[in-house]
Amino acid sequence: MQEKVKDAPGSEFTWVGTRPVRPDGVDKVTGRARFGADMAMQGQLVGKVLRSPHPHARIRAIDTSAAEKLPGVKAVVTREDFQDQPSEFIPAGEMMINYRDVVRNVMAREKALYEGHAVAAVAATSAAIAKQALKLIKVDYEVLPHVIDVVEAMQPGAPLLHEDMITAGVEPAPKTPSNVAKRIEFGAGDVEAGFKQADVIVERAFTTKPVHQGYIEPHACVASVSEDGQADVWVTTQGHWIVRAHCARLLGWDVGKIRVTSSEIGGGFGGKTVVYLEPLALALAKKSRRPVKMVMTREEVFRASGPTSGAHVRVKIGARKDGRIVAAEAELKYQAGAFAGSPVQPGAMCAYAPYDLENVKVVGYDVVTNRPKVAAYRAPGGPISEFAVESALDELAGKLGMDPIEFRLKNAAKQGTKAAYGPKFGPIGLVETLEAAKSHAHWRTPLGKNQGRGLACGFWFNIGGETSVSLSLNEDGTLSLTAGTPDIGGLRASLCMMAAEELSIPMDKIRVQIGDTGQLGYNFLTGGSRATFSSGMATVEAAREVMKEACKRAAKLWELPEDAVEYKDGAVRPAGPNAGKHAPMSLKEIAGIAGKTGGPIAGYARINAHGAAPSFATHIADVEVDPETGKVTVVRYTAIQDAGRAIHPSYVEGQYQGGVAQGIGWALNEEYIYGADGKLQNPGFLDYRVPVASDLPMIDTVIVEVPNPRHPYGVRGVGETPICPPMAALANAVAAATGVRFTDLPMSPPKVLKALDEARAKGTARL
Amino acid sequence: MQYEAPTSLDQAVALLANARGEARVLAGGTDLLVQMRTDVVEPALLVDIKGIAELREVREEAGGFRVGAAVTGAELKEHAALKRAWPGVIEAANLIGSTQVQGRATMGGNLCNGSPAADSVPALIAAGAKASIVGPKGRRELPVEDVMIGPRKLALEKGEIIASFLLPKKAPRSADAYLRFIPRTEMDIAVAGCGVSLTLDAGGTCTAARVGLGAVAARPLLVAEAAKALIGTKLDDAALARLDAAVRAACKPIDDKRGTIEYRTKVAGVLARRAAQIALERARKS
Amino acid sequence: MAKHHVAATVNGDAVEFLCETEETLLDVLRDQLGLTGTKEGCSTGDCGACSVTVDGRLVCSCLMLGVEANGKAIGTIEGMAQGEELHPLQRKFLEHAALQCGVCTPGFLVASKALLEKNANPTETEVRYWLAGNLCRCTGYDKIVRAVLDAAAEMRGA
Repeated sequence: MQEKVKDAPGSEFTWVGTRPVRPDGVDKVTGRARFGADMAMQGQLVGKVLRSPHPHARIRAIDTSAAEKLPGVKAVVTREDFQDQPSEFIPAGEMMINYRDVVRNVMAREKALYEGHAVAAVAATSAAIAKQALKLIKVDYEVLPHVIDVVEAMQPGAPLLHEDMITAGVEPAPKTPSNVAKRIEFGAGDVEAGFKQADVIVERAFTTKPVHQGYIEPHACVASVSEDGQADVWVTTQGHWIVRAHCARLLGWDVGKIRVTSSEIGGGFGGKTVVYLEPLALALAKKSRRPVKMVMTREEVFRASGPTSGAHVRVKIGARKDGRIVAAEAELKYQAGAFAGSPVQPGAMCAYAPYDLENVKVVGYDVVTNRPKVAAYRAPGGPISEFAVESALDELAGKLGMDPIEFRLKNAAKQGTKAAYGPKFGPIGLVETLEAAKSHAHWRTPLGKNQGRGLACGFWFNIGGETSVSLSLNEDGTLSLTAGTPDIGGLRASLCMMAAEELSIPMDKIRVQIGDTGQLGYNFLTGGSRATFSSGMATVEAAREVMKEACKRAAKLWELPEDAVEYKDGAVRPAGPNAGKHAPMSLKEIAGIAGKTGGPIAGYARINAHGAAPSFATHIADVEVDPETGKVTVVRYTAIQDAGRAIHPSYVEGQYQGGVAQGIGWALNEEYIYGADGKLQNPGFLDYRVPVASDLPMIDTVIVEVPNPRHPYGVRGVGETPICPPMAALANAVAAATGVRFTDLPMSPPKVLKALDEARAKGTARL
Repeated sequence: MQYEAPTSLDQAVALLANARGEARVLAGGTDLLVQMRTDVVEPALLVDIKGIAELREVREEAGGFRVGAAVTGAELKEHAALKRAWPGVIEAANLIGSTQVQGRATMGGNLCNGSPAADSVPALIAAGAKASIVGPKGRRELPVEDVMIGPRKLALEKGEIIASFLLPKKAPRSADAYLRFIPRTEMDIAVAGCGVSLTLDAGGTCTAARVGLGAVAARPLLVAEAAKALIGTKLDDAALARLDAAVRAACKPIDDKRGTIEYRTKVAGVLARRAAQIALERARKS
Repeated sequence: MAKHHVAATVNGDAVEFLCETEETLLDVLRDQLGLTGTKEGCSTGDCGACSVTVDGRLVCSCLMLGVEANGKAIGTIEGMAQGEELHPLQRKFLEHAALQCGVCTPGFLVASKALLEKNANPTETEVRYWLAGNLCRCTGYDKIVRAVLDAAAEMRGA
């Protein structure tokens, strides 16, 4: 099980860069691994949620008396059970949150703001009774006009979701409320002057639809509250410290009274960074004095958890004949769902990040609509703005008669480039990915009939943040590693590999687990591509602490000064000939003397991980378009990305491939479809069409390694960036195949055929 | 909810005929269980018909095949002789859902679910299949095109069950084919579907044809005009263009989340042409 | 009305359980028999996470009633490894890193095993179409398809 497959013979590392079997692997292929819904507590009740059938309605009254009287019903909660929260935006990773809104999202207060908005919850002795109880709850709704589309929501006279919402970021502040929560703007130079220098300008408007993370495991939790107020929650989440913080705040309980354990998590992609069921389960558990288990149905996941924004984006880019971009602007209107807080800010920052631009201006709007509140989704905001920019760049390259790679190379950000969003880049790998694309066989392979090739670049910042890790030396010399960032896709393997590398010991001497909130200091969540970076950094620090302590103990035994002892090749030994002759002591031997030399040995790292570095990508896509049905098939795909350093290359490749697959779904078929009644028409995997195995080709990957100097192993995050290029890569490929530029996602067959027919009528179609 | 698993048609018919409240036949359950789960139907009685021998077998009859209504897609796929004779019907049945769904889904259920987009139905119509229906008044036969009369509406009386389908004896130099359009490659409901069955004479001229359409009207259609476009031709481009036009003329689809009126209509014509060409190739080889 | 008494085998062991008509085989496996390796992803037969075999035939356990299991032989992920010996598919999934979050993995393994029992030498396209009813949102399927093809080759002794 510990077979090492070395990618690079002669590598300076023993473990880093190899492909061992992941430590949690056997449990996951045998069905033993326990996910959110796999937990049962003694005497647990079943919790279910009553959801609004209306996209927008004032809640005049809720009568739960009949439900409460139903035998088997043990508790009912509504808005009455949650204290109101003051308005205050606080950073929550890549997104901001406001507890005034969070409390309203988990349980509607004055109004139901989207179809599926939670209105009440019950706990009963069986699912059937809980379901029956929901039917007995009478909600008196005053149905209000709704607005679903982002552009319509910005119009004067649109139905207002929040009657007191005054657009932030506008001076002077508007006098009247609107659905625009915020306006942002940033830039550099003078775009007006820049456009005057341009020989060619492309200006285009793009639209994207909300898409869902589509994790296969629905939200699930089990909560228990003892008579003295000590609470336990088992939950599938990307961040159990975040769950604890939110629940404590919403319920008014002490943080320390709540212990949250993260289950194995069946996919998150940003969607499991917020709370939905957990505060309800805790409230029901407290009221009923019984554990309460809640699991969303797939339909609830689609209707009531957060997809990412749909958006309207306008970009304008100008370049000189020599291919240098002289000005670029973008206007982004992102739909936030029912409450403020779309990812328009990161979207705006990502838009032009890959390019070295003197004159750039980006304006963004955060707009509320009667849809579920958006949540983070893989590089939140980035894929939308990058789709627009990378599409426009492709068109611009075409107009200039330039190769799309050469055009991008001419404008690519490099070390020292000041990014449009502010910072100066350190060592980055965009140029390297473009060069790798240029020399890749894919780029030169001839295309077949009705086929086209497209290329696009991608960017994501990556983040660090608060992280704790402990590493204990056990009495037999083995080690126990505890991290606090949930492992969604191989984190335990990479942490174990970094620890083994530091300690120069076999990987199977370390058992790694994800600890609960009582076992470690604070951990920010797994997201933003921070887990391998931050927990890796903390793991290395903890391992170094163990080695240092081991040296100290041997020094004590050998009666040497501490600096006369060193840790090398898995053992403590005298540092040089002057330190005397002592046989090296293995960790096992050190563990044996731990008791008499000062007690247990452990490393404990508590850091705020800084130095996260961005990851750039270049993707190449080949598509084939059926001229008679408009169906687009991806026939070949290559994803090239800078990983900094790939700790476990298989899982880095897997991140690239998974991001590409999601991007292909976003590009071709995935969308939230609403009727005129404001209700979601496709809340299931039948009509919310994620790619299936037969839809995709093999996805070729190239890992470029430009190490991040601020991480002990050079790690950059890798998970977010790969979802950014596919939409533009595919749109560019479709344009190459058909002669038609698609600006509205998804490029579903009816849309493609219609546009092809129109282009044929005008004589502009290529097929 | 009452569950019964009779072992004879008579028992099944009696259970259904005497049911108080909503009664449902359970074959593969791949539609019914989803509808129960989402409270679309809340039956008081389920009659599981998989224990009835006639419904579960495929046998040769009158030179053709009698196919039990509760034979699963996976079983149909494994019946080599049936697949040789009616490849279009089997292809269509095998397009219903995933491999997992194929392990349970049946052609009887596909028809009785009453969806205009059912994949196996246009293929059965093109093949000239007849449904054998058993009820309190005995047994009767109905061409498949006459069974579904509208969305979720069947020409079945209370207590009646579809027991089997009779696929006729295949004429020499004849073959069938079925194509559907979906946005993905699998797992979707048909946006449009078309089954074509045709017979050639020794010189390669089409002497008989049937064209069935799905997902483009309130029920699956048999389109006589489309068949006429093929008969007497060698399926040259002009004939295929007439087929395309006849199919489009027959379409009366709806706009919905799966496709527009315009799109469904256009694609139905495309599918008819493509299916006819596949059937032609097969007929030439047979 | 009274619950149904059902006798079946699960992974070769005789089991008996009582269930309501509405309860699916998936509900019974997870909630009554404690076999939570079979996952619930959609309850509508669209994701394949609940894949099991019934008398050797691959099905979604969410689309079958518990009462229908009477007299049947059920196979689940928990029965795939033989003692300490992982099934070649399980081993190849690990070696190829064919899983990330792992929640779809039991369904993929059960479905892949059913494929290789029918077709010892599938093409890439056959693997992809056979597994089209198993959704994976993490991997893009690449490594899953490679693992299945590699396991098939090993099992053929190639």
